[in-house]
Amino acid sequence: MKADEWAKKIVGGDVRAASRLMRDIDDRMPWVPDVMKALYPHTGRAYIIGITGSPGVGKSTLVDCLIEHYRARDAKIGVVVIDPTSPFTGGAILGDRIRMQRHSTDSGVFIRSLATRGSMGGLSRSTSDILRVMDAMGKDVILLETVGVGQDEVDVVHTAHTSMIVMIPGLGDDIQAIKAGILEIGDIFVINKCERPGVERMEREIMMMLELGGHRDDGWEPAIVKTEAIKGVGVRELMETIVRHRTFRESPEKKRLFLRKALRIELLNNIRDRISQRVLEEVGQEEGLLSAVDEIIAGRKDLYSKSEEILNGILCE
Amino acid sequence: MAVKRRIRVLVAKPGLDGHDRGAKIIARGFRDAGFEVIYTGLHQSPEQIVEAAIQEDVDVIGMSSLAGAHNHLFREVLKLLAERGAADIPVFGGGIIPDEDIPKLKKEGIKEIFTPGTKVEDVVRWVEKTIHPRE
Repeated sequence: MKADEWAKKIVGGDVRAASRLMRDIDDRMPWVPDVMKALYPHTGRAYIIGITGSPGVGKSTLVDCLIEHYRARDAKIGVVVIDPTSPFTGGAILGDRIRMQRHSTDSGVFIRSLATRGSMGGLSRSTSDILRVMDAMGKDVILLETVGVGQDEVDVVHTAHTSMIVMIPGLGDDIQAIKAGILEIGDIFVINKCERPGVERMEREIMMMLELGGHRDDGWEPAIVKTEAIKGVGVRELMETIVRHRTFRESPEKKRLFLRKALRIELLNNIRDRISQRVLEEVGQEEGLLSAVDEIIAGRKDLYSKSEEILNGILCE
Repeated sequence: MAVKRRIRVLVAKPGLDGHDRGAKIIARGFRDAGFEVIYTGLHQSPEQIVEAAIQEDVDVIGMSSLAGAHNHLFREVLKLLAERGAADIPVFGGGIIPDEDIPKLKKEGIKEIFTPGTKVEDVVRWVEKTIHPRE
C-alpha cells in the first residue's frame, strides 16, 4: 500500500489500517517514516493525558474512570498502555485491557498495549509515533499509561499535556520517588485508594515536598486530588482539576513553549533512532554488532576506536 | 534487509466459566518464548475478543474454553472476524473439548485444538512453526 493511501485510510477511520501501522512502528519497518510524513498534517489536535505511578496503585482503573467520563461527553478516546518487556526473553504479558473491559467494544475507544522493548523512562520507543497515529485517527483525548516502575518515568512529561502521578497511602517509596525527581513531572498528584489509612499524612508530605520544591517555571501549582477509583469517588474533582490545568496551559505562549521542548526531544530521539538503525545495517545487525564486541574483548581494538570506525563507515558514504 | 517481527498473541478466555489457570500458564509460556501476549482475562465475549485482536494487531488468537460452550463461542469469533475483514487472523483453541468436536471445529476454520495434557512447549512450538507475522 502506498504511504498516502495508507494515511488516508487511517484519517478516514479505518481501524485496521491504523493498528497495522502501529505494529509496523513498533517493529521498526522501513516504510514507516513515509507513512508518518503523510499523516503528519492530520495531527496536533489531540489532548494527551499521562498517567504514571508505581505498579498496583490503580492506574488502569483510573484510566477506566477517565474513559467513562469522556465517553459520557462523546469525546473520542485513544488509550496507550505500556507494560515491561522481559529483559531475559524479550517477551511480555500485556494485561491492562482487563481493567478497561467495559469499553472494549465501544467504537469510540481505541486501546493499544505496548511493551517497552528495552526502552527506559516509562515509555516505549514507539510511543510518540503511536500517539500521533491516534491523533490522526481523530481521537480527542489520548490517555497514556506508563509502565509504572516508579522512579524514572520522566519521559511522560514531555509527551503528555497534563501529567498525573498516582500514589496510594502506605507505600513509603512514593515519597522516595518524589525526592528522586518525580516532583517536577506531576501536574496533578492523585492519592488513590483514599479509603486507606494514612491519607492525611501522605497529603501533608506531598504538600511539603511541593513547597520545598519552590515555584515551577511555568507557574502552575501542582494539585492534589484524592480518589477511590474503583468506586468512582473523587473522579469529578480529578476531571475538574484536569480542565483547570488544560485551561491554564491554553495560552499560545505556553503551548509554544511546551511544543518546542517536546519536539526538540522527539526530533533528537528520531535522529538517534535512525542512526542506530543505520549503524546496525552497517555492521550487519545484531550478529555483526556482537562480532565487533568480540574484537574489543580479544583486545584487537578498544571500544572508542571501534565506535569511531563504525561511525566513519556511515558518514563517509 | 529483513527486520524480524516479534510475534503478538491474544490469549482470551471466552464464556462463563471462571477458570483461567490454563490460559495464564499458556500466556506465561508464550512470554518466555519471547512473544508479546495480550491477556484480556475472564468472561470475554466474542465481540470483545475480535475487537481486541484488531486493535492490538495480533498474529494469532488463542482461546481457552472449559465449560462446553466452545462450539458456539469459537464459531462466533470466526464469524465476527470475517465480518470485520479480519479473517486472516488465525485462531486456535484449547481446554476441555470432546474429541468428536475437533474435526468439526477445524473444518470451520479453527487452526488447531489443544486438549488437556498438552505441554506448553508443544503449543509454543506449534505457534512458532505455524504463525508467520505478515511481511
